[in-house]
Formats: sequence, structure tokens, C-alpha cells
Amino acid sequence: MKVVRFILGRPERRAHRRRPNVLFLLFLILIGAVLPALAQPVVIGSKKFTESYVLGEIARLALNDAGIAAEHRQGMGGTIILWQALRGGQIDTYPEYTGTIAQEILKSAHQLSLDEIRDALGKFAVGMTGPLGFNNTYALVMRRSEAQRLGIRTISDLRKHPELKMGLTHEFLDRQDGWQPLRVRYALPQQNVIGIDHALGYAALANGSIDVKDAYSTDAKIEENDLVTLEDDLQFFPKYEAVFLFRLSMPPDAISALRQLEGTLDEKRMIRLNAEAERTKNYTLAANLYFKDAGRSASAAGESFPHKLARWTLRHLELAGFSLLLSVIVGIPLGILASHGGVIGQGILGFTSIVQTIPSLALLALLVPLPFFGISVRTAIAALFLYGLLPIVRNTVSGLQDIPRSLRESAIALGLSPFTRLWQINLPMASRSILSGIKTSAVINVGTATLAALIGAGGLGEPILSGLNLNDHATILQGAIPAALLALLVQWLFDVLDRVLIPKGLRL
Amino acid sequence: MNPLVRLVDVSKRYADATALHSTNLSIERGKTTVLIGPSGCGKSTLLRLIIGLIEPDFGSVEFNGESITPDTIGTLRRRIGYVIQEGGLFPHLTARANVLLMARHIGKSEHEMQTRLVELCELTRFSVNLLSRYPLELSGGQRQRVGLMRALMLAPELLLLDEPLGALDPLVRASLQKDLKEIFARLQQTVLFVTHDLAEASYFGDQIVLMNDGRIVQKGSVADLREKPADPFVSEFINAQRGVGLV
Repeated sequence: MKVVRFILGRPERRAHRRRPNVLFLLFLILIGAVLPALAQPVVIGSKKFTESYVLGEIARLALNDAGIAAEHRQGMGGTIILWQALRGGQIDTYPEYTGTIAQEILKSAHQLSLDEIRDALGKFAVGMTGPLGFNNTYALVMRRSEAQRLGIRTISDLRKHPELKMGLTHEFLDRQDGWQPLRVRYALPQQNVIGIDHALGYAALANGSIDVKDAYSTDAKIEENDLVTLEDDLQFFPKYEAVFLFRLSMPPDAISALRQLEGTLDEKRMIRLNAEAERTKNYTLAANLYFKDAGRSASAAGESFPHKLARWTLRHLELAGFSLLLSVIVGIPLGILASHGGVIGQGILGFTSIVQTIPSLALLALLVPLPFFGISVRTAIAALFLYGLLPIVRNTVSGLQDIPRSLRESAIALGLSPFTRLWQINLPMASRSILSGIKTSAVINVGTATLAALIGAGGLGEPILSGLNLNDHATILQGAIPAALLALLVQWLFDVLDRVLIPKGLRL
Repeated sequence: MNPLVRLVDVSKRYADATALHSTNLSIERGKTTVLIGPSGCGKSTLLRLIIGLIEPDFGSVEFNGESITPDTIGTLRRRIGYVIQEGGLFPHLTARANVLLMARHIGKSEHEMQTRLVELCELTRFSVNLLSRYPLELSGGQRQRVGLMRALMLAPELLLLDEPLGALDPLVRASLQKDLKEIFARLQQTVLFVTHDLAEASYFGDQIVLMNDGRIVQKGSVADLREKPADPFVSEFINAQRGVGLV
């Protein structure tokens, strides 16, 4: 009460001195937690697979080496999401492949030269480094022993062995540059072709259930499982040379730092880095290996776990805290409005209930294409804010409506103004219900904020997501356990707040 | 002297029933008028019309010769005290804060409020030591005394009491009745008192107004009601409460 009076510049006598300052303090803490998020370094994006993560980390270390602050948003999604984020300025650079740029971004029907691609990208104010050195295209792989026994070295050699069993990913079976045109081009006779998951395919290849499968040419599993890549002797597969795309508005020293990476990574090294990343579950470590190989200093060593944990947790609290603050600021007035009932009340409750029924993933996906949002922290906060509304609005309404009629009428009959009735009588009497609504929102937000990592907004969802990607339970737990503890902590914190914020007379 | 409150052809209808048929009533200054009748007879409706919690469909309510409208009710309420069953105290405020609520709202000085508070405690026989307690820490009778103090804080010209003693046990009730009567006499207070208890009505009432089914059936003293009943309902109502000693 005092806070608002203070803000409104109205003098107050001496009632209720202590409570409101706590609210005000809480407000300041939340604001303080959010402000640091606003200062932006160079932002690197990466796609949701190991190699992209590693390249993103290499870029971050290279920029740091050049004295440029850089932040890596890992595993933001697929090509279109990254491309839109780059154009929208939510990220400044990300690793991409020339074949993908030509086909998926520029929608070109035929292969484009590097210069053609660079010219076309210029129209979007996007630049491209030269190739980093390796070509990550599709390839067909076999067990080394089997290939040697049958004397198969090239894809053309497969024509002589129609009995071989093919196990191909579903994507490869469908793609324009996949199985169907490949089979036509090479006139392959194999009839025994099945669709199989990529990871399972390696297991099937190892135990002999299939003989040939598709792979990315820099896939770490090729080395790990002692497989050979069959040479694409008719040059069927388009080139997928790795490059960095960047906004032309990025600082020149950052661009030149990325250019230094050109031509420094051949396929063998990329395979090794990928293998290292999958083995250690640590992308920074793998990226460091690149700098060691290249004889360059890697000043930014792999981030220590406590440091990472602190970064994730802080970001997580920013996401949940700021969105909760917004939910409170908007939700309580909405609840007050809705408590009067009528069409407006029904409308407000209806809207917030509907928002709650949208699955959180879908809500994120719906917000991403909107102009103001895109791939950003803003989107995550907006989604969490919308989720947080219902419990606060509903509990504000029920808290106010549960005040006995005789007490509401007593306040009127005394002659108190509507504002004073609301502020000094009704809201304090509804405070228990309102606070429990805020608590529910807070706990939901802390849980749901893990999904923010899907759109590169960071937080404790980051290790969960990369853990899922690597199928590594330890990494998943690094995010899941702190998130659960955080939810418990929030619950406990609100139990304490109850004692401070709910008037003593209501707690007897 | 003109009456403090006048109801002129006032009626009130709710969606499903008429709560008050066209009614005329004057409340004399310095006297205690008691509204009595069975539940749903319209006595609370009448009270709520005067304090402006509801508006009449027809007719007008005048306070001191001035018609009560939504524009004037705001300031008029400061001249009317209102006490309901259990006192209607706000549970999140101490007894003191409850009593001073309105005085603070209109910016009375701290000194003025303190003086008045001590005065009221003495008047209502409420211990000053209990002022810092919350309503839940007080007994029913104590709560009712605080409710009365709150209503009297701004020295209102009219005091409205809606079954103020209904929820109290008989002993507490008897002592409060006695105290109330003394207070009314000492302040020469104009009072409108609603009850369904005939003994209580006859104890307080200078004028008793018996209501039934949204109408005033008879006005007068208990003796008038008993000896010259206006219709069979009056006798029936009085006979029903004969068990109570006073009648």
C-alpha cells in the first residue's frame, strides 16, 4: 500500500508500515536480475546436432581469442529457424553448409558456385566466410571388413552386389538428393531397402542386419564403428561445405576473426572433433582440441561445471522471474476487473484458460514467426508470462469474490472510496488466495522455462536438450536436478513470503 | 422538529419478489426506533435503503430534509453509523485500525483521533489494552463493542443497527443491551434498530415498527401492539413470543 501511495505522491499516516517495502524490494530484485540480459555480445547460433554445436563453440573461442565478447546459443533448431534468427538479428552468425544454403535458403534447383551463393546472400545483408575445409555431405557407408572382402570402394561397385541389404534413414529415402535419384543415377539393383532410424542403423550395420547405410561424411560414428565411406565416383551428392554465415553489420574485427577459420578444418579433423564431443559430452573441450591441433592458444578453456551451472541457473531465474513479474503486474488488475463478473469477467477468464490449454511447445512455435518475437529471450518470456496469467487471475477473482458480502458492504457503508476499499480492505483480505496463485505460477514457470532452450533462450533446459541430443543421462540430470531443486526453493520461498505478506490478522 | 430521516412512498422490488411495498416512515431525532418482524419482512431492506447499499425503485429517502442520491450518499455516510451482526470488522486490521479506518481516510489529526478513541473505549466499556488485538483474538461481545466504536467514531447523527446482538449468548447479550441503552441515552442518539426479538424491541424502542411481508403493519409502543393490534398478524406475532418474560 505504501509503495503505491509513495508512487502516487499521496501522504499516508502511519498504518501498515512494514509489508509493502518487502514487495518493493522483491520488485527491485526481479528488475535487477533482468537488466544484465539486455547488454548484448556477438551472438552465435548453432543447429541441433553435434557438429553444429562444436563449430559454434569454435567460433565463440575464436572471437574470445580476438578479444570480442561472444555468446553461444546452442542447438536452436533447424535451418529455417537459424536463418530467420540471423536475418532478424537475434543471432549474428552461425555455421551452415553450402548445399543447404543453395537448396533450402536460396531455393535453387541446381548447384551454385561459392560466388553465386555469396552474391545471393548479399541481398539479405548476410555474408559468408570461405569454406572451413571439410565437406559434410551424404555418403554411403559399409563395414570395412565387408567392403574389403567384396572389393567395394565406390558407389558404382555396388552394382555388382544386388544381394546387399540397404538400411536408410527416412529422410534420405525422401530427399530430392536422396535414395531415389541416387538409385537411378547409379542404376543400383538392390531390392532389399528398409527405412531405419539413424542411430539404430549403426547398430544394425554392426550386427549385420544391414550392409549399407547412409551417413554424413563427417559422422564420428564412421570412425568409431570402423566403417568405410564409398566414393561418390559419379559426383551425385551436392557439396555441403561448412561455412559461417554472418550479418554484414557485424563488427569487422569479428568478421575477420571468423575468416581466420577458413580452410583450417579437414574431414578427418572434423570427424575427430565430433567423436571427441560425443565421447566427452563437452563441446567446449572438443572446440579446444581444434585450437590445440591448430597450434593456436585456447585462452578460453572449457567452462567449469559450477560456472556453467551458475550461468544456466541465472538465466533460468531471469526467464522465470521476469515473466512472473509481468504475470503479476498484468494478472492482478485483470483479476480485479474479472471479479466484477459480467461479459468482461467471463472474457478475461475464458482467454486466460484457453492460453493455458495450448501446449507450451505449440505456444513457443506460434510466437516465433511474429515480428517482435522470433528466436529470442523475449519469446520465451512472453510464453511464460501467458502461462503464468491464469493462476494469478483466477485466484485474484476467487479471493475477492470469497470476501463475505457483509464485510464488503460494511466497507461501503463506512463511506470509504472505491480505491481505498480495494487497496485497504479487499486486496489484503484476498491476499492469501492471490499469493497462492502467484506461487502456482512461479512453480509452473520454473518448470516450463526449461523449454526456453528450444529457441536458444538458454537456462537449465540447455543441458537437458543437449543431453537428449547426445542420449546422455548425466547431462540431462545436470539440468533436470537443478530445475527441480529450484522449483522446491521457489515453493519454500513463497511459504516464507506468505508469512510476511499476508496480514497477521488473517493468519490467526 | 422535523424528523431526521423520512421515507416517502419508497418501494423496492428484486427480480423474483417485492421486498418493500410503497412505504412511509419518519425517524424522530434523539429517539430509538425499532424495526421488528419475521425474517424476510423487509426490515433489513429498509435499513439498506437508508445507508444507500441499495436504491429504491420508487419514492425517495430524505436525510435531514435532503434527498439521498448516489451523488450525496458518499458524504452522508459519514453522518450515519452502521453496525451489523458480529460487528462486520475487517479481520486483517486490529481493533484500533478498524475503529480509525474512516477517520484516517478523511484525514483527521492523530491527536483528535486518539482523544476520540479513549472517549469511545470509556463509553463502550472496552479496555484500551485490547485495541491492538485482531478481531479473531476478541470475543463476540468485544467485537460488537469495537463495531459500535467504529460506527460512532465520527459522531454520526444517525446510528443504524442491523440485528447487532443476534449472534451473542444470552448473558453477553443482556449486558450489551444494558450498555447500549445507556450509551443511546447519554449521547441522545437517533437510532434505528433492527431485531426480530420482541423483548429486545420493547427494551430499546421509543417507537416500535412491526413489519410483515414488505409492509409496515403497525407503529407504536409494545402496549399499543398488544392491546390495540391493527390486524390478526400483530397478535399472532406477539403471542408467538409470549414465552419471553417482558411481554
